[in-house]
Formats: sequence, C-alpha cells, structure tokens
Amino acid sequence: MKTTHIIILVFIAAAIAVLVQYSGDLSTYETIASAKEREGKFVNLIAKIDKQQPIEYDAIKNPNYLSFTAVDTLGNTIKVIYHDAKPTDMEKSERVVLKGAVKEGVFNCTSILLKCPSKYKDDPKAMQQLQTSN
Amino acid sequence: MNYIGEHLLPGQIGHFFAVLSLVASLLATISFFKASQLELQNEKAVWQKLGRIAFAFVTISVLALFGTLYYIISNHLFEYKYAYTHSDRSLQVEYLLSCFWEGQEGSFMLWSFWNCFLGWILIAKAKKWEAGTMTVMSFIQFAIATMLIGIYFFDVKVGSSPFVLLRNEMDAPIFSRPDYLNFIKDGTGLNTLLQNYWMVIHPPILFLGFASTIVPFAFAFAGLMKNEHDWTKQALPWASFSAAILGTGIMMGAAWAYESLSFGGYWAWDPVENASLVPWLTLVAGLHTNLVYKSSGYSLRPTYFFYIISFTLILYSTFLTRSGILGDTSVHAFTDLGMNTQLLLFVLVFFLPAMLLYAIRYKSIPSINKEESTYSREFWMFIGSLVLFLSAAVIIVKTSTPVWNKLFGTNIAPPEDVEFAHNQIQIFVAILIGLLTAATQYLKYKDTPTKVFYKKIAVPTLVALVVSLLISFLGNIDYYKKGPGFLGAIHVAIFCAVYAIVANTAYIWLGVKGKIKAAGASVAHIGFGMVLLAILISSSKKTVLSWNTTGVSPLQVDPKAKNNPAGDPAENLTLFKGVATDMGRFMVTYTMDTTNPRDRKRYFEIDFKSKKGDDHFKLYPDVIKNNKGMEGFAANPAAKHYWHKDIFVYITSFQENKNADTVQFNDIPVKVKDTIFYSNGFMVLNSVAVNPAEQKSLYEPDETAVFLDMTVITKEGKRYSATPGVALKGNDLRSITDTVLSQSLIVKFNKVIDQKEGKLEIGIKETGSITDLLTLKVYEFPMINMLWLGILVMVVGFVLSIIQRVKLKSKSAATF
Repeated sequence: MKTTHIIILVFIAAAIAVLVQYSGDLSTYETIASAKEREGKFVNLIAKIDKQQPIEYDAIKNPNYLSFTAVDTLGNTIKVIYHDAKPTDMEKSERVVLKGAVKEGVFNCTSILLKCPSKYKDDPKAMQQLQTSN
Repeated sequence: MNYIGEHLLPGQIGHFFAVLSLVASLLATISFFKASQLELQNEKAVWQKLGRIAFAFVTISVLALFGTLYYIISNHLFEYKYAYTHSDRSLQVEYLLSCFWEGQEGSFMLWSFWNCFLGWILIAKAKKWEAGTMTVMSFIQFAIATMLIGIYFFDVKVGSSPFVLLRNEMDAPIFSRPDYLNFIKDGTGLNTLLQNYWMVIHPPILFLGFASTIVPFAFAFAGLMKNEHDWTKQALPWASFSAAILGTGIMMGAAWAYESLSFGGYWAWDPVENASLVPWLTLVAGLHTNLVYKSSGYSLRPTYFFYIISFTLILYSTFLTRSGILGDTSVHAFTDLGMNTQLLLFVLVFFLPAMLLYAIRYKSIPSINKEESTYSREFWMFIGSLVLFLSAAVIIVKTSTPVWNKLFGTNIAPPEDVEFAHNQIQIFVAILIGLLTAATQYLKYKDTPTKVFYKKIAVPTLVALVVSLLISFLGNIDYYKKGPGFLGAIHVAIFCAVYAIVANTAYIWLGVKGKIKAAGASVAHIGFGMVLLAILISSSKKTVLSWNTTGVSPLQVDPKAKNNPAGDPAENLTLFKGVATDMGRFMVTYTMDTTNPRDRKRYFEIDFKSKKGDDHFKLYPDVIKNNKGMEGFAANPAAKHYWHKDIFVYITSFQENKNADTVQFNDIPVKVKDTIFYSNGFMVLNSVAVNPAEQKSLYEPDETAVFLDMTVITKEGKRYSATPGVALKGNDLRSITDTVLSQSLIVKFNKVIDQKEGKLEIGIKETGSITDLLTLKVYEFPMINMLWLGILVMVVGFVLSIIQRVKLKSKSAATF
C-alpha cells in the first residue's frame, strides 16, 4: 500500500471521527413541554411570542434583560429570559426559534431568531429574500 | 377588464427574451455538443459557428432581460411584482441595482450575465476545447433560463418570472378595480440591510466567482467526454481566476457583515457563508492537484474530482440558500419560491452525468503507479489538497443538518456553540495548511536532496519561531474560554500562520531570485498566511468594551465573573443623552443625533474620551427605519480604525423622550441626617458644603455655592450620590439640579428655611423618562486590518500567477 493511500485513509477516519463527535454535540428542536422535560439541556424551541403577556424590557434599569412569554402550537407557555437587548420588531414576529435551556421553569435563552410574516420581509437580518405570494 | 395606467410592454418584452434565451441556449448546447463530437474540421466548424450564433442570441437575450428589469425598477412600475416587492421611490439611484439581487430571479440573471461574459472569453481563447467547454456553458444558460421562465407545464410551475404582474400574483379586492394602480403609490422597498455600498459590489463579484467555477468544471467535463487530458494547462489560469474572485466575493460578504450587520464580526459560520466557502476550498484543492499534474504527471484523477465537486458545491449552495430549507438555521437565506424540486434538479443535472462519466473514464485517466517521494513537492501538495477537501467535507456535512432532517425525518439542530464546533476542528486544518503552505515550496518536484531542503528552510523556520513566540508571549493571547487545549492550538496555529508568511516571503528570494513576476504563488501564500494570522488574533483577542459595569444593572455581581447570572452577553451599555458614562478605559457620551433625509438614516454621535486623555474621537453608528411593513430599525455599526485594531460600535436600541415634562417638583423641608422617601427607595442628606472643591466646575469663581451631599439608596440596595446645589452672586440665585438617571430622579436645592436650625428645602421630581437614551455594544477587534490586507495580497498573488501562466502558455503555444 502506498503512503498516500495510508494518509488518505487516516485523514478520512479523522474526518469521520470529527463528524461522529459533532453528532454528539447536536441539539434538537423541542416543544415547550418536551423542553421542560429535558431541563438543563440545550435545545431549540420553536414557539410564538405570547402577546397577551407583557414584554418586559427597560434599558434604564438593565439593558441586558428581556423577558417575555413564549407559547407553542400546543398552547403551552413558558417565561423566557434573554440577557441581551430586545430584538427590534419582536412584536411583529410570527414565529421565533429560541436557543437555550430550561432552568427552574424558566427558559434561559441565548439567542433569538425571529421569523416575520412573509407578507412583510421574512427576517430583519436577512441578506436577500423574496416575498412569497402576498 | 381594462386596467388603467399599466405599462404592459416591458413585461411582454421581458417574457419574449426569457423564452428566446431558453430556446437559444438549448440550440447552442446542441450545436456545441455536435461540434465536440465531430472530428472532421469542416463539419465541426459549421456546428461550432451555429453554436456561437446561438450563444450570441443568448447573450443578447440576457442583456435585454437585464435592461428591461432595470427599466421597470428605475421607472417604478409597481404593476410589476418585482418592482413592488424589491424597490420603492425613495431609493437612491446607486441602490437600484441592489434590487436585482434581493430577489432570486434577479440574482439568477446576474449569474447568467457572467456566464455570457465567461463564454465569450472561452470562445475566443479555448481553441480545441471550445466546443466541449461551450457545451457545458450553454447548458447552464439553459438551466438558468428555465429558472426565469415562469411557465406551467402540466400544473408544474417551472421557474419564476421577474416580469409577472402584481395583480396576477396577489389576491386582493383592490385588483377588481380598473384604476387599482392609483392606490399602489409605492413599493415595499429594498431591505434596509441591502442599502449599503458593499451590497452594490459584493453580489456581482460573488456571482462572478460562482459563475467562474463552471469553467474548470467545463474543461474537466469536456476532457472526460473526449477522453483527452491536455486541457489541464489551459484550465490553470481559470482556476486561479475563479479562486481569486470567489475568495474576494466571500470576503466582501464578510466585510459587509462586519460593516453593516450587527452580529459583531465578519464570520459567523452561518450556513450561507459556509456554503460559499466550501466550494472555494475544494477549488483551491483542485488548483493545486492541477499544478501537480502539470509538473509531475501525478494527481490527474483527483483534479477531475475536485473540479467537478467544486462546481457541484456551488450548485448545492444555490439549493441551500434558495430553497428556504435553511429557514431555521440561517439569518440570511432567500425564502422558498416553491421551486425546490427544480433547484434540486439543477444540482443533479450537472453532478450525476459528470460523476457517471468520471466513473466510466476513471481507469483510462492517466496516473503514475510509482509512488511519490516523501521529499517531493507533489506529495505534500496532494496532502494539502486532501486536507482542504476534508475540511470542506466536514463543514458542509455540518451545515447540511436541515437537509438531513428532511431526508431522514430526524429532528436535529446545530449544537449550542456553532462557532466553536467549527473552530475546534478548523484550527487543526489551519495548522496543517499553514505548515504545508510554508514548507512545500522548498521541496522540488520529483525529489529533493534532504540536505538542500533543510539548509534552505532552516533560517525561515527559525525566524518564524522567534516572531511567533514574540506574538505568543507579548500579544496577551489568553483565550481561556474553551480550555487550555484550544488555547494551545491557537498558539500553534499562530506559529504556522507566521511560518507561512515568513517562509513564503523568504522563498521570493531563495526560490525565484526576487523575480516578483514569477512569485505569484508565494505572494498568494503570504496573503493566505496573513489572513490566517489575522483571523486567529482578531477572534481570540476580540474584547467587549461595553461590559455592563455601570450601576444600572440590578445584578450586583461583576459581569465578567464566571457565574454571573446575566450570562455571557451582558454586553449592552445604556447611554443617556449628554451624560458621560464610564466604559472601561473610556468615558463615552451620546452627544447628539441627526437624521439624514437622503439616506433616511439616523446618525448618533458617540463621543469616546480615554480616561488617560491620550485618545479622543467620535463615532457615528446609525440606524435605518425598517421598511416592508416592519417596525423597528436596522442598525449599522461604525468603527474607529487604528492600524492594529478597530473599535467597533453599534446601537442595539434607543428611546426618545417624546412626552413633555409635566411632572412638578415636590418640595420637602429637610435637615442634615434626615431621610426622604421616594417611590423606589429613600435618600439621606449627609452634609452641606460651601464652595466644595468637587463641584468647582459647576459654579463660577465669583459665585458663592452651597451644595448638598446626598445618598440615594434604592429598594434593591444600590447607592447613588446626588449633589444638588445653589450658586449665589449678588442677589441672583441659580439652582444647580442633580439627576439620578437610572432612578429617573431629579433633586433640587430650593432654599435655606432656617439657618440656625439648619432647616433646608429640597425639591424632588420623578419623571417617567428623563432623556433620550440608547443602548449599544462596543467591541475591540485587534489586527482586523491585516485580514483585509491579507485578502488583497492573496488576490495580487493570484493575478501575478494568472499573468505568468497566460504568458507561458502563449510562449509555448508553438510547441503545444
């Protein structure tokens, strides 16, 4: 066997090992109920912002504290705390993808991805997108 | 119904040319294919000519499509959906072109335009390989034309036309009125984030990069069809060109992200970014194996593979970004146009035939059975290409999680720290590639006498070691966040990057005797080393300057502390208009804001004054009001550039005090040591001072000033000091109020009621919102300029080597 072939095999094995290791780091998409079950585990929560509940953000008191209530399609709700500034356009979002973990019944969120209704532009951060039929 | 005021002619012209380009590109494909199969010169020439004529029609059609759509957008013909959804009247002229690439159709047109451009160069230069390569070029034009046709075949929508009318696409009662256009006064506008000068030049360059990857693919495909392999020489400058342009395009995107997006960086391992980086990596791999084949006869089979896979990955990135599949994982992808099947076919229609042909021809592709020497350049270049390819494979597999979910019905999402998941692997790729970039040029093709190699490389190695140790020890690179192992890897990688720079710089003298014209490869490698080094330093030493350490936060712990409940991103700092706020080594003040009616942006003036007094500057981050029915705003950062670092700031939110101040002062008599309550706590009058030195700046020398030293204690137990006062000059009494902004509290010293008893009167006012305020984030990016400079050097290197290759080729044309 040639040296090159051995190296190729070693590298491919390394790449596979890396991907297997990565698969251990992967998280999952969860509902509120299942996220609560997996307390402490990092998950992606797909939900909506409950507009009946107040969205609490006061830059005077603390610019790094946002709290609101998320509600999922099954109707469950959870309080969300996010230690960063309030994303612009939050109220208008149709759907949010929240990353974080449940801790003592509260969802500690590290990132919020807003999905705005396609009637408007999809996403305030979007580079390029297009309207689907209005 | 006859609608009033519509301009239907441009749309009809557009449709006509869309159909014409489809038909002409099909004809061109067939003609060039025929020509490529024929050996007889006469017959071949006839078909080739026919192909050229058809390709000319394709080119005319594509230009006409461009012109028509530009006419529609620039004349604000909002009866067309494209103009309505992607532009508005207030848009500056320079951004009219940006409207093209906001939508999928316009960006396909741009791609098609570059294919025409590249096609004509191939027709002029490719000689024997014209027919073969142009078959592929014409076929992609056909494939793209189907994307723009927007016709239903048996209920299946093929493509999406940019010339459809709004009234045919939207269901709204207003379209039952003949005069509906009177109500559509304006379009919904161009996404505010695209209203940036980078967005005028980044997409055209990126799409030229995308488009150009087809040329090496076309050469490879033509070579496989004919089973002849002498295209490799011709393909080299094309591969260099493609790598240079695609690399520039990607990094322009990074520059745009850095300058106008508020994620605070230039690279976020976002799926859209990865999807364009990956083909660049495989293309560079192919470029190197191609060089190996040219000089040593090895590595032709991998060259075929890399060129095929690079273009396929471009198509795959198109699929990822345009199918809407990245919706939950990427911040910037197009939305679904319902063309997913077509987009998938777009990938497969190139990939499957090419791989099939490759498999059939594999055995007959020449390769050398004798093993390469481990002291040969080709051996290590091949290893380097392999590393690049596997790095690309790992990135794309990770990026494709949404695709795996679709395919296998799984429910997986990216890991908690996506960036680190990539970084911890790619740092080793950086180490390997840095080493190989540094050392491989010192090896000769075929075989190198060991002594010569070690002798030549000894000095550069030593120099690199010294320089990188200096950086490691003096540079304060202490990125402990991910553990000592990763920090160690960073330091090793820094050595490798420095090694790449030093060794390649030295090679210009040691290897090519200072002939810069012949040193394209070395120059490109220096640039690459600089990029690596800059990435390592700027990412590991990026610091947050706006750590919220003000008294504003109710969290009483040090935000930098590890167990701070505020978590990592306590990065927002609140600034009240006109109030200097403590921010690390700076005092920052939000001094004023202005609105520019031309670009509809609101600029904030932020004054930075270093506490040592050695630095003073102003930055102007801005926000632009969102359009398309969205509220809120999009923030554009601003940066102060030093040669060795940037100070980077952007606004995360702002509040204007619109309410008139109607609240009255509440007057209260007090004595020293008295306690006064207010809604959120109480305050104590500590002492009274006459002409205190601390407040000297607040009163004139000829005034007599009396100040009250007070402490405000909130319910949460925070303490603030307040020092209201009065200044007396003759009979004029001037009140000097003090404000506790975070408590919305204004305190005033009214008068002395009884001097003997020490009875005073103060006024307290609590207002809802005292003043305009904003929150911002401030970062420091060291060595960011080396990144941009490195890209520039790399591109210069590519250009040098392209010139060199083209020259060599014309010289050797007689013999070839």
